[in-house]
Amino acid sequence: MDDIFILIPGRTSRQGTTLNEGKLKADFIEETQTLFMCPDDMTRRGVVDGERVRIRSEFGQVELTCKAAKTGELPPGLLFLPYGDPSSRLMGGETHCTGMPDSKGMDVQLEKLL
Amino acid sequence: MSEAAVMDAETRIVKDATCTFCGCVCDDMELTVVGKRITKAKNACVLGKAWFLNHHIEEHAVATIEGKPATLEEGVERAAQILANARYPIVYGLSDTTCEAQRVAVSIADRVGACVDTTTSVCHGPSGMAFQGVGEVTCTLGEVKNRADLVIFWGGNPAESHPRHWTRYSLMPKGLFVPNGRKGRTAVLVDVRKSKSAAAADIFWQIKPRKDFEVLWALRALVKGVEIDPAIEQETGISLAQMQDLVQRMKSCKFGIIFFGMGLSMTRGKHMNVEAALSLARDLNDYTRFYAKPVRGHGNVTGADNVVAWQTGYPFGVSLGRGYPRFNPGEFTTSDTLARGEADAGLIIASDPAGNFSQPAREHLKKIPYIALDPHESETTRGATVHFCTATYGINTPGTVYRMDDVPIPLRPAFDSPFPSDETVLRAIEKRVRELLRERLTN
Ligand code: SF4
Repeated sequence: MDDIFILIPGRTSRQGTTLNEGKLKADFIEETQTLFMCPDDMTRRGVVDGERVRIRSEFGQVELTCKAAKTGELPPGLLFLPYGDPSSRLMGGETHCTGMPDSKGMDVQLEKLL
Repeated sequence: MSEAAVMDAETRIVKDATCTFCGCVCDDMELTVVGKRITKAKNACVLGKAWFLNHHIEEHAVATIEGKPATLEEGVERAAQILANARYPIVYGLSDTTCEAQRVAVSIADRVGACVDTTTSVCHGPSGMAFQGVGEVTCTLGEVKNRADLVIFWGGNPAESHPRHWTRYSLMPKGLFVPNGRKGRTAVLVDVRKSKSAAAADIFWQIKPRKDFEVLWALRALVKGVEIDPAIEQETGISLAQMQDLVQRMKSCKFGIIFFGMGLSMTRGKHMNVEAALSLARDLNDYTRFYAKPVRGHGNVTGADNVVAWQTGYPFGVSLGRGYPRFNPGEFTTSDTLARGEADAGLIIASDPAGNFSQPAREHLKKIPYIALDPHESETTRGATVHFCTATYGINTPGTVYRMDDVPIPLRPAFDSPFPSDETVLRAIEKRVRELLRERLTN
């Protein structure tokens, strides 16, 4: 379980439309808890679409549902998570004198939940 | 019978309304309003439609104090007491409200000696630092529409985050000097993932994560005629030949622009990544006209920068604690004042730090009294000592917002709300804070 992935949180259309329905509503919560992963990485790690994984950064951990990214969208080693509460829980408080925590390109570990 | 005639008395059309969901601030909306609901939003993109069509007046008390319904006056009294008695208050948010409300919020911060900061600090704050470091060669989106023949998007996914950017401003429109529209422009996308935006680009570069600075700096070197080791490809994922090709295109275009997203400002290196992009654009002006602009997220985040800057001299992360403004990102920015446990009270307008800040910042926010103004429920409003349910800007209240290119746009609301505007609530708080501070001086 110990190889390091790089996690990129970002916007998606669905993250944006469900945000307007409400951040506390089921659709937004579902979208922001869906982790997109390169299909090769999923095979290598024995994860199939819809399975739950735990993502751990130096600062926090969250449990997410894994989904295969479209072929070619994510290179091996890169993970994508729509912005929301879970992606923010992986950030640290340190901002390196900028006011901005490292919010993209975070080192994380991935563990399949049984 | 005309279309208008068949509509019942309650149905109205609001023309030239403005969408404030994203920084594109499209002001060509045609809204069909039935009573207190928008049923159609012509010209809106998928995000804009979701913004307008999901808007409804929620059943909610105008104010709650510690979760219990209260009157507006009771809420204002408690809010003013919290702020007037704080030793290190913070004023934060502001990107989803009008400039008129932002201005009052800064005034409150000034009176109580608060740190005033906006959501800019956690989106393009590093870009703001970079502007101060190396300057910004800037232009409006109108100039891009009419002149740009090379459009580079770097570290963003406009197809999903700003869906009308291309169609309204940057790629598709026919412009005065780009009569063939899309055919007359070359579109380049640089990103770590092949997002939905890639399909629309003529050239797509999938760079290795956290290598933006290296690629931008190499491009600068090539523009200046410095030789680059072909091994750069192993480091960045982009070959020297690809870079030489882009440099040639950049030097020979008539009007080029780099629109950079948060892929630069949020990734390690942050303001240095943005400085590299701004410097590249500046250097290219030795050869042609070249610009670099951030693609801004929230509807009036650009207004927040402008208002805070014209009131304090700085765009975000400003402390008014000593009675004069001091700017220091990393010290007076909200992520930091919360994560370090320094702030002892907060006034949070139209944002959700309890739902999107780092864990230590959220933990501290839970421990301090704070006031939240928001039309919708969020983690932040749930934990607020005082929550004011306010009217939604643009849909219910008029005012001014700034588009991402610093162009001010007026709002044309669709219908009234039973809730007060942010500006109304903030003015009431400011008035009461002033009275409390005066009483303290005279006692
Ligand atoms: S691009 Fe942005 S401002 Fe324009 S309609 Fe879509 S969400 Fe609204």
